[in-house]
This record gives sequence, C-alpha cells and structure tokens, in this order.
Amino acid sequence: MTDSSPASPGADVSLHRALGLTDDEAAAITSLLGREPNHLELAMYAVMWSEHCSYKSSRVHLGRLPSEGDRVLVGPGENAGVVDAGGGLAVALRIESHNHPSAIEPYQGAATGVGGILRDIFTMGARPIAIMDPLRFGPLDDARSRWIASGVVAGISGYGNSVGVPTVGGELVFDTCYAGNPLVNVLCCGVLPADRLVLGAATGIGNLAVLLGSSTGRDGIGGVSVLASAGFTDDAAAEEAKRPNVQVGDPFEEKRLIEACLELLDAKLVVGIQDLGGAGLTCATSETASRGGVGMDVSVAAVPQREAGMEAWEVLTSESQERMLAIVTPAALDAVLSVCERWEVQAAVVGKVTGSGRLRILTSFAPGAEVLADVPAATLHEDAPKYHRPMARPAWLDDLASADPARLPAPDDCGSDLLSLLVDPAWVYRQYDHQLFLNTVVAPGGDAALLRLAAPGVRPPPPAAGAAAAIALSTDGNARWCALDPRAGTIAVVAESALNVACVGARPVALVNCLNFGNPEHPEVMWQLSEAIDGMAEACTALGIPVVGGNVSLYNESRGRDIDPTPVVGTLGLVDRLERRPPPPALIPGTRIALIGPPAPGGLDGSLAGSLWADKVRGHRGGVLPPVDLQLHARLLGLVASIASPAGEDPTSGPATGEPAAGSSVVGIHDVSEGGIGLALAEMAIAGRTGCRVSGPLTHVALFGEGPSRVLVCLPPPAAAGGEDPYAALADRVAAAGLAVVDLGTAGGDRIVVEGLVDIGVDQAVEAAHAVLGDALGLGGGAA
Amino acid sequence: MTARVGVVLFPGTNCEHDVIAAVEALGGSASLVWHGETSLGDVDAVILPGGFAHGDYLRPGAIARFSPVMAAVSQLASAGAPVVGICNGFQVLTEAQLLPGALQKNAGLSFLCDTVAIEVASSASVLTAGLPVGTTLRVPINHFEGNYTCDAATLEELRAGGRIILRYADNPNGSVYDIAGIANAAGNVVGLMPHPERACDPLLGSDDGRLLLGALLASAGARVGS
Repeated sequence: MTDSSPASPGADVSLHRALGLTDDEAAAITSLLGREPNHLELAMYAVMWSEHCSYKSSRVHLGRLPSEGDRVLVGPGENAGVVDAGGGLAVALRIESHNHPSAIEPYQGAATGVGGILRDIFTMGARPIAIMDPLRFGPLDDARSRWIASGVVAGISGYGNSVGVPTVGGELVFDTCYAGNPLVNVLCCGVLPADRLVLGAATGIGNLAVLLGSSTGRDGIGGVSVLASAGFTDDAAAEEAKRPNVQVGDPFEEKRLIEACLELLDAKLVVGIQDLGGAGLTCATSETASRGGVGMDVSVAAVPQREAGMEAWEVLTSESQERMLAIVTPAALDAVLSVCERWEVQAAVVGKVTGSGRLRILTSFAPGAEVLADVPAATLHEDAPKYHRPMARPAWLDDLASADPARLPAPDDCGSDLLSLLVDPAWVYRQYDHQLFLNTVVAPGGDAALLRLAAPGVRPPPPAAGAAAAIALSTDGNARWCALDPRAGTIAVVAESALNVACVGARPVALVNCLNFGNPEHPEVMWQLSEAIDGMAEACTALGIPVVGGNVSLYNESRGRDIDPTPVVGTLGLVDRLERRPPPPALIPGTRIALIGPPAPGGLDGSLAGSLWADKVRGHRGGVLPPVDLQLHARLLGLVASIASPAGEDPTSGPATGEPAAGSSVVGIHDVSEGGIGLALAEMAIAGRTGCRVSGPLTHVALFGEGPSRVLVCLPPPAAAGGEDPYAALADRVAAAGLAVVDLGTAGGDRIVVEGLVDIGVDQAVEAAHAVLGDALGLGGGAA
Repeated sequence: MTARVGVVLFPGTNCEHDVIAAVEALGGSASLVWHGETSLGDVDAVILPGGFAHGDYLRPGAIARFSPVMAAVSQLASAGAPVVGICNGFQVLTEAQLLPGALQKNAGLSFLCDTVAIEVASSASVLTAGLPVGTTLRVPINHFEGNYTCDAATLEELRAGGRIILRYADNPNGSVYDIAGIANAAGNVVGLMPHPERACDPLLGSDDGRLLLGALLASAGARVGS
C-alpha cells in the first residue's frame, strides 16, 4: 500500500492520482478549501469521493427511482430503509455488495460483507433477524471460480452463524461473465419498535463521539477507492498485492457489539449512532456531523490502535471491522461505558461535537495539540462530484436481438436437457443457520423466505394491533435477460421478485436494489445502468413498490470485459395473518396441476430469448424478451398472495395446525421462472418426491420457454374437497382477475412425464440436482 | 409447581432467547444467568444453550468452561438437578468434563443446518424420561463440531449404562455409534447436539422438541415437588 500513502515520495500530482482522485477532483478540493489540501486531507477526500462512497457516476440516475409510499419511514440515503409494519413495529432493510474483496480473498471478503450489512441495520436501532445472499460466480468447471464459491459460502457460514443472525435465502448463479469478478451481494433485514428508530446524526454541541468495538489497524485501507472503485486487470501480482486492502472479520466482536449497541439504544443512552464501514472513521465522523449540521473535533491519539506507529491518514481511512461511532451526552458517558464494559466492548471518546461545521483532525485533545486536517465536514459528504458520464447503446444489441433462439433445432431428448439444468442449492444453505430466533416458517429453497415478524427484545404486538404477522423476502436478478435488454430485463426481474413474495402469501411493500455493473467509464455500461434504473422505476411504480434503499457496485470487470448488467433486487413482503404454513413449492400426490398466466393467445407459452435452456444447453444468448404486462402482473400478485395465504379460513378456528393453507384449496405453488414450465415442474417434483403426468407443453419451446406472470399450482381432487371442484372454483377467481388457467395434468407416481417430451424418474432428478454442487465443491457427500 | 430454569448466557451464546421462549411456552419459567455470576440463583434446572461461546475461539467450549458460573453448574449437577447442554452447551459440558467424550468437526468438514430424524435410545435421563425407546423425533441440528467421539471403553460404558439417549436415524456428521445425545450415569446431566427448542411449533415444521423439553420440565418439577 505504499503507492497510496500520502507519505510516499513524489510530486503532489502523482499523489492525488495514486489515491484515486482525478486532476479535476483535486482542483475542486483546492477550490472548496481555498488552499491546497495537505496529505491527510487529500486521503480523506479520496475515500469519501470514491465511487463506492459517493455514487458519483450513478447519483444523477438514482433519483428517477420511486422512493415514497405510505409505509416508508426512511427512504434511500440513510444506513437502511425502514418500512412501517403496523402496530408500532418497523422493518429495516438494506442490500450491499462485497464483490471486489470477495474476488481477492473469498472467505474474509464475504464474511466482512455480512458484518458490514449487520451494522447498517442495528445502526438504525433494529435487531437484525435475517440475511439473504445472492451469489454469482464463474462456471463450476473453472478451478478459481470453485475456490471463490466455496470460500465465499464458508465465509458467510463462518461469520453469519457465529454472529447469530439466520441466513434465510439468496441466489446461486454460475455464469462465465462472473469468472474474474464474482458478485457477492448481501441483504439484511431487521425489526425494531418504530419509536426506537435512530438516525446517524451528530447533534448537541459539546456532545461526545465514542468509538465502540475493535481497535483500528492497518487492514482495509483504501478498500473503497483502490479496491472497490476499480476493475481487475490481467496482472496477477498486482491483484495479489490488493489482498491487504481486504478487511478481516471477527464475528465474536460483532456479536458483542450488536448486544451492547441494542442495549444502549434501548436505554436511550445515545443521541445518534453510525457504523464504520467503507472509508472508516473519515466517513462516520463527516457523515454524522454533516447530517447534524455541526462540526467535530477528532483526536487521533484517542483512537485505540492495533499496532504502533500508525500514521494519522491510516487511522482515518482504515476499514477495520466491528466498529461503531456513538454520539452521547457527557452526562450519559459513564452509563455508556458501563454497558460496554459488561459486553467486553472497547469504548473510547475520540471526538467532540462542535458548532464550527468543520471536521478537524487533531493529534490529541491536549492543549496545544496540532491540527492535522481542517475541512468543512459537509464537503466530504455532500460536495462529492456528480458525473453525467457519456452513455451509448451497445452496438452489439442489434445482433443479439436478431439471433432468435426459437430457430435452434429441437433437442433429441428434452428429458436429459432438463436433468442438466437442475441444481439443488441445499449444499450451500445447509451450511447456513437459517432457523435461529424461531421465526423461519419457509426456509431457503422456497420461492421466498417467510419469517414471523418478531425478534428477541422486540415484543410482538397483540394480533389486533394492526401489525403484520410475518415478512417475506426474496432476492432476484437475471443477467441473461438484462444483457439482451437492461430495461425490459430489469422489469422482468422486479416482476419475478414480487411474484416470489406473493407465492408465500405476502404482498410486496418495498424493495432494495444492488446495481452490479461494469466500468462506468464505458459508455455502454452507463447506458445499461440508466436503462436498468428506468426499467426498475417503471416496474416499481406500476406495482406500487417503493425503492427504500440501494447500493451501486461499478467497475465489475476483469481482463477488459465488463460483467453482463446484473441489477439484483430484494423485495420485502408483508403477511397480515400467519396461522398455517403456506403451500410448499412441491407436487402433492393425487392433485391436479394447473398453470395460471396471461390470457392473451400464446400468453401461457414462454420465449427462449435469454433463457436458461438456450444458454446452458446450446450456448446461445440472444433474442427479444417477451414483454411484461405490469397491470396484469399486479392482478396476478393479488390473486397469488390470496390463494397462497398462510391465514386460516376462519381466524377463530383454533390453534395453528401446521397444515397447508385451507383458506384456499391450493396445496402446492411455484412460480415459473428460468428454465420455464419444465424446470418448475421438475423442482416441484423434487421438493415433493412426487412425479407427474402432464400434457400441456407440446414443444421444447413451450417446455423451456421463459416468460413473466406464470404460476404452477396443485389442487386437490373434488372428492378431497368435499365434492366441490377446486379447479372450477379457481378458474372463476382467475377469470375474475382477467387471467387464464389451464389444466396440465396430475401429480403422482415416481416419474416426471410431459407427454411426447419428457419421461424421467424422480430419483434421477433428485440425484442430478443434488450431485452438481456436492461433486464440484464438496467432499463427496459429507455424511459418514 | 412451575419449574424454574436458569439459562446460561456466555458472550457469543445466541440461542438463549429461543430456549427461554420454548420453556415458557411449555409452562416453565426461565431466567438468564450471566456467565460471570458465581450463583445460579433459585433454579430447579439449568440449560446451557447453543451458540458460539467466546466465539468458539481456540475450541468450542474450551474458554467457556473457565467461566465463574461453571462452578455453580457443576455443583447443581452434583446435587442431582437437571443440567442440559444443547449444541454449544453440550460442547461446554464435555470440555468441563461433566460429560465424557468430545465433539469434533463434522465428517463432511462443513457446517450443517438441517432438520433430521433422531430416535430415543434410552429413557434413563431427565430429557427422555417417559419417552418410549424407539420414538422417532424430527429435530433441527445446527453445528460444525457435532461429530461425537470417545474411546472404546467409554462407548461401552455409555452403551451398557443406557446413557446413549438419542441416536441419529441417518448419521449426518460422523458421530460414533450415531450418537446425538448422552447422559451421565445418574441421568441428570445431558448433552445433545440437536436443538429441541427449534422444534416446538408446527408452524416451523416440527413440534417434537416439546416432548424432550416437556420431559425436562417434568423432571425439574418432580424434584421441586419431592
């Protein structure tokens, strides 16, 4: 890291460039200060004005996202979005990326990603209750990608399990475009009494800034600028040299920090609190001061340091993990220190709130101490440049659009193609504690996670108080779709995420996004980003889902190749009543299988454009995506949430039985997504260990075609429903919603049969799905 | 009389709230006991819940066994009161030598979170009293170091004494003799890797854990009544 040290020799021109600042940005700093910045000041601006912290390439576009709604208590710009769940309870939600650190050091990169997002949540006063991990790696036949994948999963498992927050879902994608640059996104959700909500603002001149948690070391210096805001090159030695930029996590420290901070917030001992993440102490002190409209004096000597001889710029920009900055009144200090002592959490007064509006870094608080830096606090936070970077529609899109995969020759055996598309992600989520806190009603492997809305220390409200009983969470992305058309692809991603949440009986109420894109200095990448944001805005507006927070990860490129555009969304849904488990995404023997979807001619068929089958089986990525009718989709969401509702038919009908919902007759439900009807049926067959005989799809296009707004359901036969025909009843409701339903066949037996196309054993499917990850990443089964 | 259960909280423990919720749902009363305390207070039984005491650094349970509260736990065990270690608590009890053997890394060398079938192998413990041998229960496991091991003589002693109380139907972690839980000779000190508190509500998939914790509360209550 000597290259980026302000102490390094050389002219000032090379210094600001080595820190990641452009000549124009350096000139802007000089103009803001009215003088040349010194080395420390330059280092502080460099981290705060980095792409990662300032969103300088994306901010001009992000404002187009709809962020307001009746339930939104806190929108984008704070540490996390907060949504009113009724009855005095609120839900905090945030998604982040840790892509670059995980490419360099998979275990610690992923582990510290979990640690960082947890702090964003408990900073708001919320108890973190769930983590989701959307993961994207290079192909499994690439040794480095396997190393990254197993390291990332181990890191999430090692940190998340130990810190004591369940990991309840996510995604797992293997694709060549992520070979040099994996995407490790992490979402966290927390619950809080709405009146405990705290914001990261410093107020009250004379109040103290107390640094809680770990000592500050030399790890993670320049993480946001050198690492997260630049792409990867071909130079292995240069990439290896970035390893010290990756932070190291300590989940035991974080666990004690969570407990101590929540106790401090419960006792109302702090007036503001902020986590230390990217850009470390510089970010936490300048943001809290800027939000509070105040200034702050910070003593370098007062910061507990892990090693001797650290320079001031190292202390101020270190990204050492497991640290929080609490703003407390002098009167409360003793009480704060005593809570910290009990939890064995180190606490030190490192700053004082001033009325100057300036962030001053002092050698110490002693009289006559030297002033090392003196800048207007708000300029670090609010005056970062905003770029209108050039945008250009990629020239290659026309060729992709004209390459219609419907022209690919039909497969000889759809059954073997289907087997090759199956992946059971259980190898991953079995390594995550997904049950802690006794909230997890639908665990990983379902369409969405479903959790009781409760947490230790957060009293569940009485049922009549209007609070939601449960929350649903789903994370979704699809780079194959977005590569063909980032706007239409993103609309389809949002639509799918909302449908996943509906499949466990919830109505979507808020969304967070993680925008993973390539190098913003490439006009094609900026066009993709802008289109994706427009698509997200269109879908969220039409579906009434406000965007309450987000993260932008740029420079996802390696060896000169940008990743395919990968906007990932995390959707939060609410459930009013939770009396039963919702129908599982499984086939139930003896039931009728029906497909619900758009009524337009051919609306139930999908398209092979950007489909899993065309890519994985034929290596073909092209075509024109089928459009999403968002008005129709909104009606589908309402219908699906209602037929999958975990509320009992009669709320007075006694205790929960754990049986599938009787409020509707649907006993199994699964959305049709990538892989089309064929893969959805096979996944349901595996989940239920039950076969089927289906006669709907006539061709491989109908079998593997992908398209929006489609759901498979299982219905009991009339005899089991007291003589009434559940199919007829469902057909009435579907017609009333302006949708269509077709009878595909029946569930039962031990073979998955699609007449004329597929005839495979359920056991074959189970084994094929199970073998993929165990063979590539595991020790060959695990059990003795 | 309501059984009073002390739930020991080490820094890094994370299942304490879940255990308290399960005990209270079964009609018991529960209170947290900080690891730095030297007394357990007025309790009829004690549970060492799961988690990562002291981060599981060095070795699971290796640091926790030195916590001041452990002397009181040991004393309660000697007095014949129910002492149950769940998961990390089981690891602490073996490190404290209140139970024999050790828990090593799973045979698959990865963390395992899943709901598995276990069978009651002996009714001679405070946790399985009244449950017929052979009863199958579905209970979650959640551990990296759950692979129980002991020397041949100890295993023979455990088998002969009816001290192997729970066995896996399909061994997930490599434990010797499919052992999921054991007891001391008196049957009042019990360690098990599965989490009965996670199987107390049909909404979460199983309520078989109520049988085990119910037996524990009955045992503790019987002592109170005697």
